[in-house]
Order: sequence, then structure tokens, then C-alpha cells
Amino acid sequence: MADKYSNRSGTVKIIFLVVGVIFIARLATLQLFDKEYKEKAKNQSLRNITQYPARGLMYDRNGGLLVYNEAVYDLMVIPRMVKDLDTNYFCNALGISREDFLARMEKAYSYSPYSASIFMKQISKEEFGRWENLLYKFKGFYISKRTLRLYERPIAAHVLGYVGEVNEHDLEENPYYKRGDYIGKSGLEASYEEQLRGVKGKKIMQVDVHNREIGSYMHGQLDTMPLEGMNLYTTIDADLQEYAEKVMANKRGCIVAIEPATGEVLTLLSAPCYDPNLLVGRIRGENFVKLNEDISKPLFNRALQAQYPPGSIFKVAQAMIALHLGVITPSTGFVCDKVLGCHNHPSAHSVQEAIKMSCNPYFYYTYRRVIQQGRYKNIYKDSQYGLTVWHDYMNRFGFGTRLGLDLPNVKRGNIPDTAFYNKWYGKERWAFTTIYSNSIGQGEVEVVPIQMANLAAIVANKGFFYTPHLVRYYGPDSIRNPEFYERHETGIEKEYFEIAQRGMYDVVHGAGGTAHKADVPGIAVCGKTGTAENYGNDHSVFIAFAPMENPKIAVAVYVENAQGGGGTWAAPIASLIIEKYLKGEVERKDFEHYYMEINPCQKLPLTRRIKKPKKR
Amino acid sequence: MQNDTTTRFDWITISLYLIIVLFGWINIYAACFDDMHSAVLDFSRQHGKQLIWMGISFLLAVAILLIRPRVFSNTAYIIYGLVLVLLVLTLFIGSVTNGGQSWIDFGAFKLQPSEFAKFATALALSKYVGDINTDLKVRQTQGILSFIVLIPALLILLQHDTGSALVFSSFLLAFFREGLSAYILIIGVLAVALFVAALLINKYLLMGILAVLCLGYLFVWLSKRTSKNYWHTAIFFAACCLFTLSVDFTFEHVLESHQRDRIYVLLGKIEDPKGVGYNVNQAKIAIGSGGLTGKGFLNGTITKADFVPEQETDFIFCTVGEEWGFLGSLLLIAAYVGLLVRLIVLAERQRSNFARFYGYSVAGILFFHFFINIGMVLGLVPVIGIPLPFFSYGGSSLIAFTMLLFVFIRQDADRNSLF
Repeated sequence: MADKYSNRSGTVKIIFLVVGVIFIARLATLQLFDKEYKEKAKNQSLRNITQYPARGLMYDRNGGLLVYNEAVYDLMVIPRMVKDLDTNYFCNALGISREDFLARMEKAYSYSPYSASIFMKQISKEEFGRWENLLYKFKGFYISKRTLRLYERPIAAHVLGYVGEVNEHDLEENPYYKRGDYIGKSGLEASYEEQLRGVKGKKIMQVDVHNREIGSYMHGQLDTMPLEGMNLYTTIDADLQEYAEKVMANKRGCIVAIEPATGEVLTLLSAPCYDPNLLVGRIRGENFVKLNEDISKPLFNRALQAQYPPGSIFKVAQAMIALHLGVITPSTGFVCDKVLGCHNHPSAHSVQEAIKMSCNPYFYYTYRRVIQQGRYKNIYKDSQYGLTVWHDYMNRFGFGTRLGLDLPNVKRGNIPDTAFYNKWYGKERWAFTTIYSNSIGQGEVEVVPIQMANLAAIVANKGFFYTPHLVRYYGPDSIRNPEFYERHETGIEKEYFEIAQRGMYDVVHGAGGTAHKADVPGIAVCGKTGTAENYGNDHSVFIAFAPMENPKIAVAVYVENAQGGGGTWAAPIASLIIEKYLKGEVERKDFEHYYMEINPCQKLPLTRRIKKPKKR
Repeated sequence: MQNDTTTRFDWITISLYLIIVLFGWINIYAACFDDMHSAVLDFSRQHGKQLIWMGISFLLAVAILLIRPRVFSNTAYIIYGLVLVLLVLTLFIGSVTNGGQSWIDFGAFKLQPSEFAKFATALALSKYVGDINTDLKVRQTQGILSFIVLIPALLILLQHDTGSALVFSSFLLAFFREGLSAYILIIGVLAVALFVAALLINKYLLMGILAVLCLGYLFVWLSKRTSKNYWHTAIFFAACCLFTLSVDFTFEHVLESHQRDRIYVLLGKIEDPKGVGYNVNQAKIAIGSGGLTGKGFLNGTITKADFVPEQETDFIFCTVGEEWGFLGSLLLIAAYVGLLVRLIVLAERQRSNFARFYGYSVAGILFFHFFINIGMVLGLVPVIGIPLPFFSYGGSSLIAFTMLLFVFIRQDADRNSLF
């Protein structure tokens, strides 16, 4: 049966072989050369499950617990997996309305029908316990454990800060964070975020097309355990902090207390204070809005961020610089000629007396000698030189610099330099007479309360300071920040500070001193009063350290818009803080009671006070 | 005598058949595997059921090998008639699955007559072609043969089983061997090429290109420029243009929307890996992630996690690709190509026209399934839902393909005793 078409069998075989070869070539590209599909396979069949480490705890300087964690539960839902749900039963169990249920489901669905999203956030242990045993009936729902911050004592909110969900900025900034993660937003929570958060663990699970877990991947070889967050051992004295907050409870202002020998911050508060527990969990959003809108600005950390003219307290630093530069001697006297407004007092015959009496004309003349030292004939050039030297020394006191303490958003204040005035008035268009207000801490000078407390510490230390800080060490290895052990020298002679100390002692104890109310029986308190000009009444300011020999505490107290100057309100409050810290208990009960109850702060809102026009 | 017959069976073909069936079952087991139902003899699961179909198929195969080969050619028209009746019946009492009305429900099992229609049509065609009085050059004969193919094809098309209906085009291969003009095949290929081109680029641009090609053919390559050549080229050009212009109409009004989508996905005009392109995308991911040696038996993360729909039937090749890798896939393709080539060799050694035509029909049907099924899984041809012969899960398909193949093996064993 040989036929003329039998040669076509060859064609057919070739077609078969060609198709086979095409398939094999295609397989080779898919399986051997193209990596895209392997990657995709991984992405869709594996699910990374994050294991959250417990956030580090915080302790006070005496080992007392300040911040700890509490387990809460997020109810998660995978909408596609919700089956045969008795909606009424479910809503009753959870205590939500049908509309609420539908809205939440809608939201989850729109995120993704196949992936898990949060159905209900931060359910407390108690609440979860009520329907935990019913959970198995709710297919498609499961529980994810998270932790919330809780506070042993409702204190130090501004120091500790708070934790919140990451925002877009955080996500962009740091790939460590994923949507829904928590991050320290302020205070120590923010500045020690990396130490506190620990390291997230990872568990890789295989999932099927419905996103159900069907086992671990590679027997868990690639999984990592979460690394617990490190504990912070802070320098805060919880008892003192609590006491200070109690004193300031009905007032506005701030208090910073530092241990001069170490720079450790004992207490830092901004009044009105608030209970840190308010900014935790589901109530956080609502409370945050309330606090944020409060006219007394409780969220504003005055101790680090409020920039005030320093007022008379500044005179201590002025005197030290003038003495060091040799433009005055300890026994230089100036007549109180009321060149600047002053209160009634005898003329000061020495630096010590000038500090005690806070004589404005005295420091006017002192500052003139600092600014116009007579190096140049041209007073403008002379003033430029003087201001540069002065500015440099002020920086050494920490003024006009951002103190490197371990809290975020610390303001630097302002110590004007030549560039500042050149810009303002023009080069060589200004001299001492243009800027004399600086002499008594007015004018263009601005300081932050923490810098004032630091000034008290510098005088207590007789010329140096350690950067104020709030954490001694952290973690199981007790890691310390070496920067906090660097001694910052002012470069000014010790004996001049001894004069300042005696002057400040006289402020509290001497005849004609401005702050006798700062006296604590049995303790040599040294202090300096001041008023910070502002809207409304001046702020009442007082810095102090005690005891005079071997000082243990340096403190700055601000009472906002309190009529009567530093001696009237800030000084007695400082004395309470000192007594509490040094004696453990305040013995002057009536005194304590009086200053706790009274509120000298002008009522808000303040009407803007007409400021005297700037001198040109 | 019995021994003689046994040795005359083509054991190469039988071995390749057994290898493919058993490897198929292993992959069905893997595709349906879950820890709760791992028992091999669990007849409620697909892998268990497939074991039953395999048992029936093997028994049938043995039975076919024991029957006198004449029986098949003698009863060809009866079988063909019976299947036509079943196909018509399916249209009225068939149950609907996946949009196709292709099954007759017998309670315990479902029969898919379309699977058997290929076998019956191959028998009937071979019978008619093998008749001594048949002259393929006669128009009437060609008409009758076309009817034999088109009637079941149309009935299956009415069941909305386009894929199975298209399989009937595979008889072109057998006709090609018997002398069908090669032009028909060339025109077929050209039509597909034009169709694809018309979908991908602007139709007028395409016609311009055709015009340039035709002119080039006339004035550059062609040595003898007779008026006949001019006319032929002109007619060819006109036909191409008409076809090109008709593509849109065919595409929009003849094809169904899911068919349009599948073609667009293949051509890359739709990128929708979550929607219409889901199957193919997942198939590619499963296969691509297999690498050289695969993830190993039962270790396929994509197939086991049900990412690939229809993975035990039409997309079974994904499991091979993922778990057995490039090497496993290579061997399977080699087995199929080996089987197909072997069938051609066998067909060529037949002495009767009936047996030869039947052999080519078997090869053509198997090739069409192999080409379309693996081609679609690899994203080379549009998704057309037809099973991989001997490999995919499914009773009707396995049994029908087994009958189809073993009738030919029986014919081959007896090739010398005829006449």
C-alpha cells in the first residue's frame, strides 16, 4: 500500500518534535532563567507574622516602677473567611450595634477581603474575657495580642512621653516600621525609641489561597525570636516629681530640679500636668484632642520649650563673666542711680551685694563694661568685640545652645550675637546703648527653664556642669551615654562663683534679700529671684540650690503670670521642693498648705499687654 | 497463540501509557493532598476515585486487547450512532458544570459523552476512509467525511464545550496524511497569524504591510510576471484584507466574552493577574517557582495551597512543574512526544487504510490535547479547557482515551493477519 503521501509522516513527526522543543524552551525560561515567578510564589504563599517584643519598662532613680505594659487584644477579621455568622449574637457578645458592625466590616472589606485587618482595637483583658470562649463560633475572626503602656503613678507625663501608631512620615523615614506599629511619639518614649522597642521577631507561615495558615515554612528555620525592649533606669525621683506636681496642680508654670554633681534631672514638670494614662489605648484620640485644645496648653512642655526673657536671674551669669573678664572686681560698686528702673535699696558696694539686691543700674554699668571694653576707639567696633566675647561665655553657660539632654524638642533660647544685631540694625549701627536691656535679662535674650536650672547647677558646682539628662543607664548591660559624663567648663574662676554663692545665700537670708520665703529651716538655700516679662502679668521665677556646702539639688521654678515677682511665688515653691528632697518630708505644714492651695496665676485667656516699643 | 499475540502488542506504547497514567495519579494525589485525607484508598477523594477509573481503564484495555480487531471496524458506525444519540440526549438531560452542559448524571457517576465522541468519530472516519470504494478525491466523499466530523463537533458546541469541539479539528492531521492539500494547513496558519496581528496592531497598518509584501512578491521575487500571477496575488491580497476586516466582527460577536478575555490575556493586552488572567498567572508562578529539580513530592506551596484553580484537571501540569521542576516536566513532555512519534511509526506500518487513518486520528487527537493543554498552562495559547490525556483527573476522559489508544494497539498487533 505504498502511497505518494507517505513522506508526510516525516512532517508530522517534525511538528510533534518542534512543539515538544518549544514547550521545553518555555519551561526553561520560566523555571531556570526567570526569577520573577519564584519571588511571586514566595510573596503569595508565605505570610510573615510579626512577633512583637514587649516594650522596655521605665524605673525611677530609686528603682520604683514608672511605666509598664499591659496586654490588650485586637480583634482581627479576614472578611472572606467570615461564615455563618449570627450577627445579632455577635453584636450582643461584643456589645456593639448592628450599624457599627456593618461599618467595621465594610472598612475591613475595603482594605482587603482576603487579608486580616483590625476589627476592634485594644480590647481590655476583662472585656476579652467576657466573650473569649465564644470566639470559636465566629469564623474569620481571631485575636492578636498587643501591649499598652500603663503608668504606675499618674506622674511625669511630659518626661515619659507617649506611644502612638506610626504615621506616614515614620514609615518613610525608617523601614523597620510597618503600618499599625507603635512608636514613641514624645518624651523618653521618643528619644529612647530604639532601646525601648526591642526587635520584632518574624515567623513565616505558609498560607493557602484563602490566606489560611497551613504550617510553618522550612520548619521555622528562617524564623526569628523577638528581642525584648531594654528597660530605662531614669534619674527621676518619683516621690519628688509627684510632690512637685501636687504643688503645681492648680497653677501654670514649670519646675526643673537637677542634681548638680551629676546633671541628673530629679524632677521635670510642666504645669498643668496631666495623667499619662489619659493618652493610652482607645481613649487616647479623644483625650488628645481635649488636651490639645485646652487653653492652658497642658501638652506644651514649658520646661524645655518655653522661651522667656530670663529677667534678673541672668544677672548672676552677667556678674561671673564681668569678673572673669576683669572689667569689674568683686568689690566694684555702682551707685543705684535709677538709670534703669529699680526698687528702693541702698547702692551695692560689691558684686555680692548687687546680686543680693538685684540692682538694675549695677548690672547696666557692668554690662556696659563688658560690651565696651575700650579696645577700639570706635564704639561700634568696640561693642562688636565685646558682644562676641560675651556671647561666647554665655554659650559656655549653656545659654543660647540646645542642651544635649535626652528628650526631644529642646529649645535653645536666644543669646544675640553680632550677626543678630547686624541683621537687625545694620553693621556698626549699634552699640551698648542699643542693647543695654540684655544687662538685666530683658531685650533680645531668651532662655529655656532647663537652662535656668542648669545655671543654678553651675553656680552650685562653682563653674561647670554636666549635661542635664533623664536616663542613667538602660538595658541589661547598664549602658550609659558617655556624653553625660563630660564635664562642661565655663572657664570662669571658682572664687567668683563663691561670690555668686554668697550673693545668692544673701538673697534668701541676708537683710534686703529678695527671697526670704525660700528659706528652709536648717538648710542653707541659695537662690536668685527673677521676673520674666510676658503677656499678662510677669512670670514669677526663682532658681536655687541647696545646701550651700556640697549642693544636692539645683532647681528652677516658673509660675506663670503671677503678680509679685520671683520672691513671692516661685521662691516659696522652690523651698518646698528643696525641703521635700533633702528632708524627705515638708515640716512646714501651714506654709506648704498655703502655697499648695493658692493659685496666683492670672486667669486665662490673657489680653495682650502692650509692649513698649523696641529701641532703635 | 495467546503468547504470539502478546508479543505482537507494541509494548513501547503500552509502557509510555502506563508511565503517564501512573505519574498522573501521583500528581493528582499531590494536587488534592491535605494532611487529613492522606489515605491512598480514600474513595471520597479525587485521587481515590481516579484509582477506580484507572482500574476500569486497565480492565477495558485488557478486554480490548482480547477482542478480535475486526469487531471495531465492523461496529464503527453503530458506536458512532450511539454516541450521537448520547450527545443529543446530553443536550436535554445533561447536567451543567462550569458553564458547560456536558455530563449525563447516572447518580453514582457522571458520564461525559463528548470524551467518547472523539473515539467514535475516529472509528467512523477510519471506517469510511478504509472502504475500498472510497475515493478521497471525490467531492461527495469529502462532504460525507466533513459531516461525520462536524455533526458531533456541532453537538458538543451546543453544550458550550468549545474546547472539546475544537478537538475535532485534529482530524485534519489524518486527512493531511491522506493527501489533503498542504495549502489548507498553510491557509490555516496564515489565518491564525493574521487574526493575532489584527488584534495587536492597527488594521490599516496591517493591510498596508500586506500590500507592500504582495507588491514585493510581484516585482522583486517573482521571476515570471504573468497575468495569472497578478490575478492570484490580487485575489490573495483582497482575501487577506477582507479577513483582516472581519476579525473585529468575529472577535466581538462570535466569541464569548471570556474567550475574548483569554485571548487578550495571552496577547498581553489585558494585565489582570487577579481577574481574568488569574489562572494563567498562578500557573506560571507555580511552574516558575519549581526551578530545576522542583520542590519535591507534596511540597508544592502554590498548588497545595489551592492557588491554581482546576489544578487536578486542566491545570494538572502546574503540579508537575512545581513539585518535579524542570527535569520532571522535561521527562513528561518527552514521554508525550515519544508516544506521539511512536504512534506515527505504528500508523505508517499498518497495511489497511482503516488502521492507518485510525492511527493518525489517535495521534492527532492526543497531540491536539497535549498542545493546547500544556500550551495554555505555559501561557502560550489561550485558555481552552481540555484535559491532558491520561494525566488529568477525570473518569470519562481517562476511559475514553484508553479505549482510543488500545483499539489502535489491538489493530497494530493484528496488522499482518488482515487481507
